Amino acid sequence: MAENKMGFETRSIHAGAAPDPATGARSTPIYQTTSFVFDDADHAASLFNLQRPGFIYSRLANPTVAVLEERLASLENGIGATATSSGHAAQIVALFPLMSPGMEVVVANKLYGGSINQMRHSYKKFGWNANFVDPVKPENFSKAITDKTRAIFLENLANPGGIVVDLEAVAKIAKRAGVPLIVDNTMATPYLCRPLDWGADIVVHSTTKFISGNGSSIGGAVIDSGKFDWLKYKSKYPSLASPAPEYHGLTFAETFGPLGYTVYGHAVGLRDLGPCQSPMNAWITLQGVETLALRMERHCSNSLRVAQWLEKHPAVAWVSYAGLASSPFNKLMKKYMPKGGGAVFTFGVKGGYAAGVKVVEAVELFSHLANIGDTRSLIIHPASTTHRQLTPEQLVAAGAGPDVIRLSIGIESVEDIIGDLDQALRKAAGATKAKSKSKAK
Amino acid sequence: MAKKKAALSSAVTPRPSPASPSANHDDYSDAFVKQALASVRVIAVVGASANWNRPSFFVIKYLQAKGYRMIPVNPKEAGSEILGEKVYASVSEIPHAVDMVDIFRNSQDAGPITDEAIAKGAKLVWMQIGVRNDAAAERAEAAGLTVVMNRCPKIEHSRLYGELSWGGFNSGVISSKRRKL
Ligand SMILES: Cc1ncc(COP(=O)(O)O)c(C=O)c1O
Repeated sequence: MAENKMGFETRSIHAGAAPDPATGARSTPIYQTTSFVFDDADHAASLFNLQRPGFIYSRLANPTVAVLEERLASLENGIGATATSSGHAAQIVALFPLMSPGMEVVVANKLYGGSINQMRHSYKKFGWNANFVDPVKPENFSKAITDKTRAIFLENLANPGGIVVDLEAVAKIAKRAGVPLIVDNTMATPYLCRPLDWGADIVVHSTTKFISGNGSSIGGAVIDSGKFDWLKYKSKYPSLASPAPEYHGLTFAETFGPLGYTVYGHAVGLRDLGPCQSPMNAWITLQGVETLALRMERHCSNSLRVAQWLEKHPAVAWVSYAGLASSPFNKLMKKYMPKGGGAVFTFGVKGGYAAGVKVVEAVELFSHLANIGDTRSLIIHPASTTHRQLTPEQLVAAGAGPDVIRLSIGIESVEDIIGDLDQALRKAAGATKAKSKSKAK
Repeated sequence: MAKKKAALSSAVTPRPSPASPSANHDDYSDAFVKQALASVRVIAVVGASANWNRPSFFVIKYLQAKGYRMIPVNPKEAGSEILGEKVYASVSEIPHAVDMVDIFRNSQDAGPITDEAIAKGAKLVWMQIGVRNDAAAERAEAAGLTVVMNRCPKIEHSRLYGELSWGGFNSGVISSKRRKL
């Protein structure tokens, strides 16, 4: 049966997985092995020459990891995927075939803070330059593109939340410039939005978050659409469109056609950089992805309820959730992710920094930690934690001002989520009131 | 790989009869491609390269390992051998029957090569990714041949029989049946 005619939920459970040919095992086995035997010298040579698909060594490819890769490629409507050790590794593996020293990537400045750090500072060590632009106006991308630009990178639903980028508009700009658009779809997941359907060329994920869903395993993935014509822009993309000396003059985009980018991801990206995903983590992530649709549905309905409730709360100054009718991004959200606005968003607590700290200390059900996309509800006060090295001006620019609290709404009973926030907000309001009273004395 | 339009009507068994309906060349069903690949044994590869890192060499090497007999066709290499098989200058010069002609040439050249395949009595004409000649396909189908265009038989074979998935690719295949080893 043809999978591309089956529904999202069916593919979340089945794509890439078949009963084990050797044993009939129905659940995907964990192939916890470093290496795989060759049939004979010719078989070994064909594998090393990339002439036959197969397994050599788990840094390059592994049968359990391959099931996750095919599952994610299917859910994103892509042609193939490369799983990585983390979301951050996925970003590097995604850019590695495209970039070289002196080249540039135009990046949205509304990104997970860790990604901004990685791109602003560590990429310099490779000679890669990241030029940041505000993604709220798509034309900012086209203004920043130069003859050295090799890719555009953005989060379609940006962490810490509330901002939705006009994907179709940016995809058109990328196409005109002849560069691939890479979208981090971690926050929306393919259940809410499939960027490749809107004209993006490559998707990256931190599978650490909603894809695995239970906060147990770090992982990432790069998914290719197979649609970017590397050979058309041969001089810009020599890694894919020119003979590769390390493979005796093979040209990836020619020999493997639309599969070339993903073959490169394994045969060069994972081989040389080394950030493969472990079979154990891939297996745990596979257990999670089976229920992605159900979980996201609940994550989104809980989030909307919580956001609506917060909007009316006397201790709350503002709420930034794309799913709210009051959000300036509600229209884009309805276009690109009509099933919901995701589960990560921010709100401002009255009383500023001190009140923010008090709220995260007073919660009982929410976990105070630096992650998102868990079944459990999570909370963080960015100004006092993840973003504390920034100046006050930088904090505000990053959407992490002193009063900002970020939530990742879990799939617990929504009354309990609201109840916990209510008691924490009351305590914080009481504490700041008491403080200002004592100050007034 | 996943084409948008579904066309279940293309799921026909290729029969060497002029009456057989032609495939929808924008979207072949998996059953159609599987049947096409299962219906042939001897494959002439027009535009076969002796260079091991060229796509045509990859296809020959792979399909040989899957039990097909691969006959290289390339006027520049005629008389020499590629992967143990003698190279011929053209399809018509092959001294024995061929079931399928696989075309590694541009879409225009695919026209006369298709006519040669018809004259040779082949059952299946296959044009590689990027190669498509609808007029030639019509002539071949009118003569009772099956035609596949803009696809790679190596990718299709490995996709339908599970090996493509090993590389993390979207095979488009879902089945609860145990695969044969
Ligand atoms: C949107 C987004 N992208 C990427 C990452 C990085 O992923 P990882 O922590 O798996 O390296 C994160 C992690 O917080 C994230 O939220």
